[in-house]
Amino acid sequence: MIAHAIFFYIFSFIAVISAIMVTVSKNTVHSVFFLILDFISISCLFIMIGAEFLGMIMLIVYVGAVAVLFLFVVMMLNVAHQKNTFFKSTHGSRHIPIGLLVSLIIFFELVIVVGGWKYKPDLINSISLKISEVSNTHSIGYVLYTDYIHLFQLSGMILLVAMIGAIILTYRKREGLKRQSYFSQISREKSDGVNLVDVEKNKGVKIDV
Amino acid sequence: MFEIGLGHYLTLGAVIFTIGVVGIFLNRKNIIVILMSIELILLSVNINLVSFSIFINDLSGQIFTLFILTVAAAEAAIGLAIIVVYYRNAGTIRVEEIDKLKG
Repeated sequence: MIAHAIFFYIFSFIAVISAIMVTVSKNTVHSVFFLILDFISISCLFIMIGAEFLGMIMLIVYVGAVAVLFLFVVMMLNVAHQKNTFFKSTHGSRHIPIGLLVSLIIFFELVIVVGGWKYKPDLINSISLKISEVSNTHSIGYVLYTDYIHLFQLSGMILLVAMIGAIILTYRKREGLKRQSYFSQISREKSDGVNLVDVEKNKGVKIDV
Repeated sequence: MFEIGLGHYLTLGAVIFTIGVVGIFLNRKNIIVILMSIELILLSVNINLVSFSIFINDLSGQIFTLFILTVAAAEAAIGLAIIVVYYRNAGTIRVEEIDKLKG
């Protein structure tokens, strides 16, 4: 129990510090690295609490795909040199204290809700999906592919639409680039390409290219 | 103190949620940091769902965390594509210089 508490405090401390560093660090690349650190520590918390499958999926999806995508875009757009002007604005705006105030109010409201919250007494007995003796991945598989199969397929469709949308958004035609046009290749006919001429004597054939 | 309950995880989620909201409010940099703040907010929602799922002994929270993960990945891909297109057109993604809608 003590070890559990110590590891919880270590990982949550790392998570909070790196989340703060994501927003305040000067360099955007450093922000992405701190985001990766945040994801890793939160996935360690998930594995510690007993949700191993989700912890591993977080590592694979967030650290392996999303954060690397962020890093790729940051490098590609060449915005890493744009230094952070977090606390000094160009034209003295007053939105920083107001923003801090609103965020503090949000935080204290959340803490009040968490602190004053209690279980409904019969909540434990009114559940439908029990976590059984089999492993976490097993039980998620039992539920995900039976009760939630339609939502699962719908999330696949969401990923497909996102992929198509991202490709269509970033696709561009460049000038002066020779491309293969299947339509003009297939619709080419014999009369377009072949020309039969009678060759006269001593004159040859004039070939116009 | 040494008894880690549901409240500890919910407080951690609240802290990370607030940091994400602060990151959206106070950002003076480029939009990519705002997208990262949105990822932080979704992460805090995931923390809440997983901790409820474990402490109530109900698997639905973890299933919904999976779906939130999917939607977050799709949202990050689309958002980054939009940012790339905007950078190609306008040459900048600084938050202060994106003010075309202000008139």
